[in-house]
Amino acid sequence: MQNYNVYASRLVPKREPFAPGHRACIGCGEALAVRLACKALPQNVIIANATGCMEVVSSQFPMTAWRMPWIHTLFENTAAVASGVESALKAMARKGKRPDTGTKVVAMAGDGGTSDIGIQALSGALERGHDFLYICFDNEAYMNTGIQRSSATPFGASTTTSPAGKMSIGQKTWKKNVPAIAAAHDIPYVATASHSYPFDLMAKVAKGVAMPGPAYIHINSVCPTGWRSAPDLSVRLGRLAVQTGVFPLYEIENGKYKLSMELPELKPVQDYLKLQGRFRHLSEDTIREIQQRVVEEYEKIKEKAQ
Amino acid sequence: MMGERIGIEVSQAIAEAAMLSNVDVVAAYPITPQTHIVEHLAELVANGELDAEYIPVESEHSAMSACLGAVATGARTFTATAGQGLELMHEVLYVASSMRLPVIMSVANRALSGPLNVWGDQSDLMSVRDTGWIQIVAANGQEAVDNIICAFAIGEDRRVLLPVMVHVDGFYLTHVIEPIIMPSQEEVDQFLPPYDYPLPLDTERPVTMGAFAPPVLYPEAKKAQDVNLRGAMPVILEHWDRFEKEFGRKYGPLEHYRSEGAKTLLLTMGSIGDTASAAVDKMRDEGKDVGLVQLRLWRPFPFAEFRNAVRDADLLVVVDRAISFGGPGGPFCSEVRAALYDEEKRPKVTGFIAGLGGRDITVAGFEEMVARGMEIAETGAEQEYEIYGVRE
Repeated sequence: MQNYNVYASRLVPKREPFAPGHRACIGCGEALAVRLACKALPQNVIIANATGCMEVVSSQFPMTAWRMPWIHTLFENTAAVASGVESALKAMARKGKRPDTGTKVVAMAGDGGTSDIGIQALSGALERGHDFLYICFDNEAYMNTGIQRSSATPFGASTTTSPAGKMSIGQKTWKKNVPAIAAAHDIPYVATASHSYPFDLMAKVAKGVAMPGPAYIHINSVCPTGWRSAPDLSVRLGRLAVQTGVFPLYEIENGKYKLSMELPELKPVQDYLKLQGRFRHLSEDTIREIQQRVVEEYEKIKEKAQ
Repeated sequence: MMGERIGIEVSQAIAEAAMLSNVDVVAAYPITPQTHIVEHLAELVANGELDAEYIPVESEHSAMSACLGAVATGARTFTATAGQGLELMHEVLYVASSMRLPVIMSVANRALSGPLNVWGDQSDLMSVRDTGWIQIVAANGQEAVDNIICAFAIGEDRRVLLPVMVHVDGFYLTHVIEPIIMPSQEEVDQFLPPYDYPLPLDTERPVTMGAFAPPVLYPEAKKAQDVNLRGAMPVILEHWDRFEKEFGRKYGPLEHYRSEGAKTLLLTMGSIGDTASAAVDKMRDEGKDVGLVQLRLWRPFPFAEFRNAVRDADLLVVVDRAISFGGPGGPFCSEVRAALYDEEKRPKVTGFIAGLGGRDITVAGFEEMVARGMEIAETGAEQEYEIYGVRE
């Protein structure tokens, strides 16, 4: 059938494991991404969540937005908590202490909890080969504590700890490539996704969680508060990130790269940057530098995918 | 089959006690002087003697985090650490107790950096004093083994549901071979009910664990935690009584040695109690009226039993193996002082800090501290405490 995607929305489960009524900001791309990811998960899933935006907006005691078993303990240890949950399920099923229902384990964390403080626990868990899916919801800064830079903040973005000023262009380093770091552990599945491509996102989450062994999905999540963008532009911005090549969508299955969509031509990064206040201060020279880097990186992935 | 007395390294015995307790998950990172415990557990799993998932984590922070995940899923979980490792776990320890997740952990007590020192003292024990864990301090290998088994019974009891640390002095206990009566599997199975967490992570019955609390709820949560930990006391005593009935070895919050009616009491915690008891014997032979009280239960602190035990003494000589820098001296001593402050009839308290970083405390050392304590009681002291045996 042609244009299958047009009808695919009817195939999406109606259930909302991530319930409405949470306290995310208007236009929050991450809440949208979490909602889509949860819809794509099977019903027998236990979630380990890091401290971060999603934990804060969804779990103020005595309320909860989680209609699935969910545990939050700390900021940097989500992969380790998930390791414990997965090992417990395995041991208890083997010893007959709990029925083996094939329960899956999913870890969720933001970019700070993944690329900075949590990277050690993540690396440890990937190396040990636990059967779990780790999803990083990347809104490109520490957003629940304000708007402080992380190692996933893009070059040139102004944040409260990488402010633009007379002597600074904002973030001085290029975004840390966590999917590549995850892939370097030789795990069976790594992917990038965006809430602005919901069916692609859901397909990847479903694939990642079903895959035996560790899987890692990095989801670009637009943050109107931190990106200084209009809340109604979140979905468009997510799409532009992909269409400009800033955030390419791809999968790495057993080491094999595959681009998720055909982009005959990349849109200029300017289209993406100009909608966000965090890049407002950038000079044309810097934008050219970003444009060049984006194309280079995109070409690298494209080459690997051939 | 009854347990039998064997010569075994205390670390190995601790690992076997965890095995007898039928743990499901062990998450561990090696650190001196705890290493032999997790090495032996790894061996037991590798040889198929213990059916458990062994998670060789990449740090102590992750060790405790993995334990949290496992316990919350309903698995009986064990880990061990020491010194710097306990420090790296520090923030996770609070989460275990506040979420009421009964992780059982043996701590091989060790000095803290710097300077780097892997030898035994109780600085690490004191650093986690306020993390909300039940803390039992073993004086010898037998106590360590018995209390690992008791710890599962206590921590997992639905009236308690708290994590428990069983402290053993690094090297002094962990690396010595002692004659230990290892309980039999049948005995332990009879004593220890299976772990049955009331609301585990389960897709049949989804729960949210670890929600955050704003200011309108946080103090209530903390008070509930304190009430819960204090309220654990009778349950701890109950399980120790049950243990005595089953195994014939009696445990209580305090241990008394020739303390009845003694005017001067030595107060210790951990393995130095054995040396102290030898010193007491010697001083008694010399006609000195000296006894010994050892504290076994550090948290919850046994206020009533402690006050009762020391009421009739004139002098308490407290030996700490940690320093509260720029503070009242030893943390053990300052707690003891605080516990007695409101008592109408109370002994004088003199505090000594000794045996830091593996420096031995000998029988003669205890004699000297008692003599100096008596002197201070009579003439007063220039400061709140003295550090014993430091070369000036």
